[in-house]
Amino acid sequence: MATEAAHIDVHAHDDHHDDHHEQSFIAKYIFSQDHKVIAKQFLITGIFWAIIGAAMSAIFRLQLGFPDADLGWLRPLLGKWINETGQLDPEFYLALVTMHGTIMVFFVLTAGLSGTFSNFLIPLQIGARDMASGFMNMLSYWFFFASGVLMFISLFIETGPASGGWVVYPPLSAIQTAMPGSGLGMTLWLVAMVFFIASSLLGGINYITTVINLRTKGMTFSRLPLTIWAFFLTAVIGVLSFPVLFAAALLLVFDRSFGTSFYLSDIYINGEALPNVGGSPILYQHLFWFLGHPEVYIVLLPALGITSEIIATNSRKPIFGYKAMIVSMLGITFLSFIVWAHHMFVSGMNPFLGSIFMFLTLIIAVPSAVKVFNYLTTLWKGNIVFTPAMLFSIGLVSVFISGGITGIFLGNSAIDIQLHDTYFVVAHFHLVMGAASAFGLLAGVYHWFPKMFGRMMNAKLGYIHFWLTFIGIYAVFFPMHYIGIAGFPRRYYSFTNFDAFSGFTDLNQFISVAAICTFIGQFIFLFNFFYSIYRGRKATANPWKSNTLEWTTPINPGHGNWPGEIPQVYRWPYDYSKPGAEDDFIPQTVPFSETMESNLPHENDLIALEKEEAEEILVDESKGH
Amino acid sequence: MFGFYIALAVFLVVAILLLIFRITRLVDIVKGTGDKIVTGSNNVNAALMIVFMVLFFGLMAWYSWAYFDDYDPPVASEHGELTDKLFWRTMWITGIVFAITNILLFVFSYKYKYDEKRRALFYPHNNKLEYIWTGVPAIVLTWLVISGWMAWDGIMSEAPEESEQIEIVGQQFFWSLRYGGADNKVGDYDYRLINAVNTHGMDFSDRANFDDFNSNNLVIPKGVPVLLKIRAKDVLHSVFIPHMRVKMDAVPGMPTQFWFIANKTTAEMKIEEGNPDFEYELACTEICGGGHFSMKKKVIVLEPDEYAEWKADQKAWLSNNPEYMSQVPDNLKELALVTSGINE
Repeated sequence: MATEAAHIDVHAHDDHHDDHHEQSFIAKYIFSQDHKVIAKQFLITGIFWAIIGAAMSAIFRLQLGFPDADLGWLRPLLGKWINETGQLDPEFYLALVTMHGTIMVFFVLTAGLSGTFSNFLIPLQIGARDMASGFMNMLSYWFFFASGVLMFISLFIETGPASGGWVVYPPLSAIQTAMPGSGLGMTLWLVAMVFFIASSLLGGINYITTVINLRTKGMTFSRLPLTIWAFFLTAVIGVLSFPVLFAAALLLVFDRSFGTSFYLSDIYINGEALPNVGGSPILYQHLFWFLGHPEVYIVLLPALGITSEIIATNSRKPIFGYKAMIVSMLGITFLSFIVWAHHMFVSGMNPFLGSIFMFLTLIIAVPSAVKVFNYLTTLWKGNIVFTPAMLFSIGLVSVFISGGITGIFLGNSAIDIQLHDTYFVVAHFHLVMGAASAFGLLAGVYHWFPKMFGRMMNAKLGYIHFWLTFIGIYAVFFPMHYIGIAGFPRRYYSFTNFDAFSGFTDLNQFISVAAICTFIGQFIFLFNFFYSIYRGRKATANPWKSNTLEWTTPINPGHGNWPGEIPQVYRWPYDYSKPGAEDDFIPQTVPFSETMESNLPHENDLIALEKEEAEEILVDESKGH
Repeated sequence: MFGFYIALAVFLVVAILLLIFRITRLVDIVKGTGDKIVTGSNNVNAALMIVFMVLFFGLMAWYSWAYFDDYDPPVASEHGELTDKLFWRTMWITGIVFAITNILLFVFSYKYKYDEKRRALFYPHNNKLEYIWTGVPAIVLTWLVISGWMAWDGIMSEAPEESEQIEIVGQQFFWSLRYGGADNKVGDYDYRLINAVNTHGMDFSDRANFDDFNSNNLVIPKGVPVLLKIRAKDVLHSVFIPHMRVKMDAVPGMPTQFWFIANKTTAEMKIEEGNPDFEYELACTEICGGGHFSMKKKVIVLEPDEYAEWKADQKAWLSNNPEYMSQVPDNLKELALVTSGINE
C-alpha cells in the first residue's frame, strides 16, 4: 500500500513538473530549492573559501620559509599585521594558522565537498526528483552562508580572528585576555560554528532521509553506487557527531561570557587569580574530538566514494569487492566514533584510556587498508582512461596510502609521545585527509562538470593542473615528515629560538616555494572551471560511458531531473566490460532480459522477477491515471 | 620598479598560457580529437605515472639516506631508546607496505592504460583475497599495538620512590622550576597564593615547602629517575624535551606528570655530537598564545655526584624570602628556620 501511495505521489509531481512555470531569478538561482542549484551554490562558495584558506597558508609559509624576508609588500592586504620592520605579527601568524584550519576543514572539505556532491548526486544517482525537503536543503545552504559571512567579518576586526588553533582549546580560547584573538574574534568563530553546525545537520538529515526513502524502483541498497553509500554514511556520522561540537561550543560560550567553570579551574593570569574552580580543559578536548575525529571521515568518506565511482568507470572494470567496500565504510563509520582520544595521548588523560584508544585506533587501519587493496585490484587488468578525474582519483589513492601509513605511528601512543604536535602530524593529516579529500573534490568536479553545466572542462589544462598539484602536494608535505621526526613543533612562528630546531632552513624554504607554486597552479583550475561554464565544449549525454542514473537525464536536467518518468533500475552500477556484452558498459537501467548474452547464471533468474515487476507497474499506472 | 617587472612577468606568463590554450583548442577542433575520450594524452599520462614514481622514490631514498643524521635527533633517555626502536620498526614495516602499494598503483596505471583492442577483465570480487588482506594487516597491527602498549604501560607507570621530584610550571610565555629540596618532596600549593614573589603559590602550612628551591635551568642527574610534576598557571602548555622523548601537557587545574631517566650528560652529548655548544632544550608544544614559539628552558644533565653537589649549593626559597616566615604556622616555625637554612 505504501509503495503504491508513493508511486501515485511521484506521478502527481510529474504533472506538476510538466506545467513548466517560469521561476523568478531569485527563486531559481538564489533561494532555490533545486538540489542541483544548491549543489552549485555550495561548490562556488567552497571554491571561494578554498582560495582564501590556501592564500592564508601561502602567507604563513612565507614566514616559515623566509623568516627574515621583508613582507612590507603585503601591507596593503594585511595592514597593521605587518609591523614596521616588515615582519608578520606573531599573533596574526597564529590567527592565519587557525583560520586556515577552520576554513579548510569545515568550509571547504565539509560544506564544499559533502554539500556539493551529496546534494548534486544523491537525487540524480538514486533516481529521485529532488531532496526529501527542498526547503530544508535551501536553509542548509543559507545557514552555511551566514556562517561564512560571520567568519569573513571576523577576519577584519581590530583584534583579529580566532587564533587558538582550529581546535580552540580552552582556557586559551575561553579567557578573553589570554590573547587578542580570544576576544571578539573567538566570539564570532563560535557563533559562526553554531550556524555551520545547524547547516550541517539540516543537510545531513536530508541526505539520510532522501537515500532511505526516495530511491527509484529497483534501486535497492545493494545496487546503490558507492558514492551514495559514502554520502549516506558521511551524513550519519555528521548527524551523530556535530551536536556534540555544538555542546562543546555552547559550554565554551558559557565559560567565556557567563562566568561558568566547565573548562576552567585554578587559573592565575595577568596578575590575578580567577575565581573559577572545578572545571577541566580535558572535558573540552573530549567533546571536541568526539566530533573532531569523525570529522576526518566526514571529509574523507565522500572523497573515497567519488573515487570508487571514478576509478571503476575509467578502468572500465567493476569496482573490486563492492560488498567489502561497503563493509569497510560501515566499519570506518562505526570505529570513527570510538577513536577520538588518540588526539589526547599526552593531554594528561589517564594513560589506561590511552591504551584502549591505541587498540581501537589501530583497528581502523584495517578497513582503510582493505579499501586501498580493492582500489589497486580494480586498476589491475583494467583498460584505464586517464581523464583528469581519473588522474586525481589515482592521486587520491597514493596520498591516502602515504598519509594513512603515518597514522600507524601516531596511533601508537608510545611513539606518539615524541611525534605529537610536531610537523609529522601536520604531514600526516594534510596528506590523508587534506590532500586526499581535496583530490576527491577536484576529481568530482572534473567528472560531474558535464552534468552540472552541460559543458566539458578542458582536459589538457586538467592534466597540467593534476601533475602540478600532485607533485606540489608531495613536495610540500613529504619533507614535513623529516622535519617532524626531527621534533619541530607545529604552530611555531619561528624556530630560531631553539638550537634543536635550528636546522632545515633549506627544507623549509623548499616547502614554502612548493606550497606557493601549488597554490598558483590552482588558478589553472579556476580558469578552466569558470571558462568552461560559459565557453566549454558542449557535453554529450554520457561522456564517460558511465552506468549510473545521472547520465540518463537530459544533458541539462531541469527541475525534477527526468522530463518523463523516473527510470527503473535493474542491476548494480558496475557492469563494466562484462564478458559477452557488446559495449564495455551496461547502464543500471538496462534490464537483464535485454542482455541475455552477458548475464551471469544468477542474473537469468532475475528476469522472471523483472517481468512480474513490469506487470505490477502496468497495473499501478492504470490506477494512477 | 621591481614590482612593475614582476607584474609584467606575470602578465606575460598568463598571456602565453592563454595563447597556448587557444591554439591547442583550435588544433583539437580541427583534428577532431576533442570528441574522443582517449587521445594521445592517455599514453603521456600513463608514462608520467612511471616518471613520477621513479623521481618520487628516488628523491625520497636519496634524502632519507643522505640526511639521516639531520632528521634523526640523538636520543638521551632510557624510554626514548625503546620508543625509537618501536618507531624504526614501524617505519620498516609500513615503509615496505608504502613502497609496494604505491609501486603497484603507478605500475598498474601504466601497464593497463587504455587499448582499444583490449577489454578490461570482469573481476568483481574474490572473497579469499578479501580475507587475506583483512587478516594480514590485522595480525601485523596487533603485533605493533601490543609492543606499543607494553612500552606505553612502562613509560606511564608509577614513578619510582627514589625519583628526583621537580615541579615545572608553564605560563605565558616561560617555564619556572621548583625542586623538592633536601626532603625531595615538592610542597603543596594553592593557585590563590600566587603573587609576583611566590610565583608557584607555595602553601607554607605544608612543611615540605620549607626546603624547596627554584632554578633557572632544568638541572637533572644522569641515570636517576626524574619525576616532572607539571602544572600550568594560565592556559594549556606542553613540556617537550626532544632529546629525552618527553612530552606531556601542562593543564591548569589538573597536575600532570612524566618520569624518565636521562642516560647521557650534557658533557657526553657535546662529545657525541662533536658540538661544544650543544645544550638540551625544553620547549612548549601546545599552542598558548603569541609567544608560544619562545618558551625555552635549558636542560642540563649532570653526573649524579655533580648533581648532588649542585643541589647542596642551592638555597631554599624561604631563606631568600624570609618575610614569608609569617605564613608558616607557629608550631612549624622552628622547623622552617632549620630546614630552609635561615638559621645557618
